Amino acid sequence: MKTPILEVEDLTLHFGSITAAERETVIVYPGELVGIVGPNGAGKTTFLNLITGYLRPERGTIRFWGQDVVGLAPHQITALGVGRSFQIPQLFLTLTVRENVLVALATREGRWASVRRPLHEPARVQAADEVLLQFGLLAQADRPAGELPEGGRKLLDVAMAFALRPRLLLMDEPTSGVSAREKFQVMDTLVQALREGGITALFVEHDMDVVRRYATRVLVLSNGRILADGVPSEVLEDPEIRLAVTGRR
Amino acid sequence: MNLPRGALGVLLVAALVVAGLVLPRWLVFLLALALAKGVAVLSVVVLMRAGLVSFGQGLFFAGAAYAAGFAMRWWGIREALLLVPWSVGLAVGLGALAGLLVARYRDIFFAMLTLALSMVLYGVLIKAYGVTGGSDGIRIPTPTLLGLQLSGDDARLVVYYLAVAATAAAAWAVGRYAAAPAGYLAHAVRDNEVRVAYLGAPVSRIVYAAFLLSSGLAGLGGALTALNVGHVDPGLAYWTTSGELVFIAVLGGTGTVLGPLAGAVVYELIRSYAFKYAPYAWQMLVGAAMLLIILFLPGGLWSPVERVWRRAQG
Repeated sequence: MKTPILEVEDLTLHFGSITAAERETVIVYPGELVGIVGPNGAGKTTFLNLITGYLRPERGTIRFWGQDVVGLAPHQITALGVGRSFQIPQLFLTLTVRENVLVALATREGRWASVRRPLHEPARVQAADEVLLQFGLLAQADRPAGELPEGGRKLLDVAMAFALRPRLLLMDEPTSGVSAREKFQVMDTLVQALREGGITALFVEHDMDVVRRYATRVLVLSNGRILADGVPSEVLEDPEIRLAVTGRR
Repeated sequence: MNLPRGALGVLLVAALVVAGLVLPRWLVFLLALALAKGVAVLSVVVLMRAGLVSFGQGLFFAGAAYAAGFAMRWWGIREALLLVPWSVGLAVGLGALAGLLVARYRDIFFAMLTLALSMVLYGVLIKAYGVTGGSDGIRIPTPTLLGLQLSGDDARLVVYYLAVAATAAAAWAVGRYAAAPAGYLAHAVRDNEVRVAYLGAPVSRIVYAAFLLSSGLAGLGGALTALNVGHVDPGLAYWTTSGELVFIAVLGGTGTVLGPLAGAVVYELIRSYAFKYAPYAWQMLVGAAMLLIILFLPGGLWSPVERVWRRAQG
């Protein structure tokens, strides 16, 4: 039997009277691509924030490869191999696209405090360009990240997380803000990169077509609770689930 | 013309060496003062790279200057090559302590906290008359270099060359820091702290490291100033001294290593001439110069030079 990459058990968090997470229990195995869906305010981003240490649960455990990560800071959890991308891309806007990835690579090497060699070491630049090529951003490498269009920013945001070579990648709405035309193109690029890198991923998504097409499993959240957990083709066909997620049967 | 940046630095150092031999003494003294201040301005620029504006660099500037004075007064150490490292070490020690408090703050809170700490030192220097000489300060005797007794113009010239060497070393160190992952991570903290944490790097330690480097540079500037002027007083810790360093950083430009140094030289020249010809309105003239720079060269005095340089490099 496979060892779980992520085990979340009895995860609970309230913001005053609002339930952000209520006894959430999930086990994720290596190689899975888990879509997380739910209406606004369901606790999807909170779930990612809890796993990555941005929020601390009131109760419950989170284990990554068997190691309890509750109480660790985001940078410590990231260093263990948990990458994250954001709903609103979190980039270094005044650095170039290549430098964004170079900074990620230097951090992955544990050289964030290094002054011995320049950031633009030839080997590191080559590695950065390979990542950019994979995400279709190489032509934009020398542009400031702030000049990228929304689709490009999304890709760079994931590329930076990807450059860390995480074992688990959490993506918050990777296609939000991306035009309908670009949506599947962006997801194709992301999923291919995940497969090539052997990366397990969880992604928050509002577009059910995207979830059906790419997720191997779907978690349905509502009011901080897990309503359903299963294969998308089955879960998303349930009228009650559709009503809870989209407001339509 | 494809000239590496290092070669430009060597040319500038060579020009400063020649300047020491050919320029009148008063101008050499002024240049030495400007270089010392320029190094302290670099300390401001290092923090600005991380998105932090310090109005309290006087803490390290004065701390190091007084450290040199105390070492001379209490232990009779007059060797410049011992005094400078000792003073810088003390400034870094002060930075290590102050950094524990301020490295977690940002924006106006960081600026005000650094200002407050430097004013605490100012208060101590003023009040502890028996130790610090109060508002009179401490006289700094002429230092020795490698055991050689110096006097008169020779001493001035030696201190000038010491300032040139220390400035070159500081500029090299800051340039190297800026081009290395540590410098880029500081820049990244300015752009997006959350993302830095989610790349697996500890933001507080990045800021703390920048603060230590900055305190060392400000200390180096203070030590050189003390040796050059021959006197230290509490004014070095006063907030206007720290504000002056920020002023020069904006004047010279914060995007390069040479900008702040050029800014310091120009500032000292403007101030000296303004003081000479308009002793009651010199601040107004300096302020007017600053306004002109902001209006016509928002990137700082050095920005046109940098543009030409980049164009020449293709």
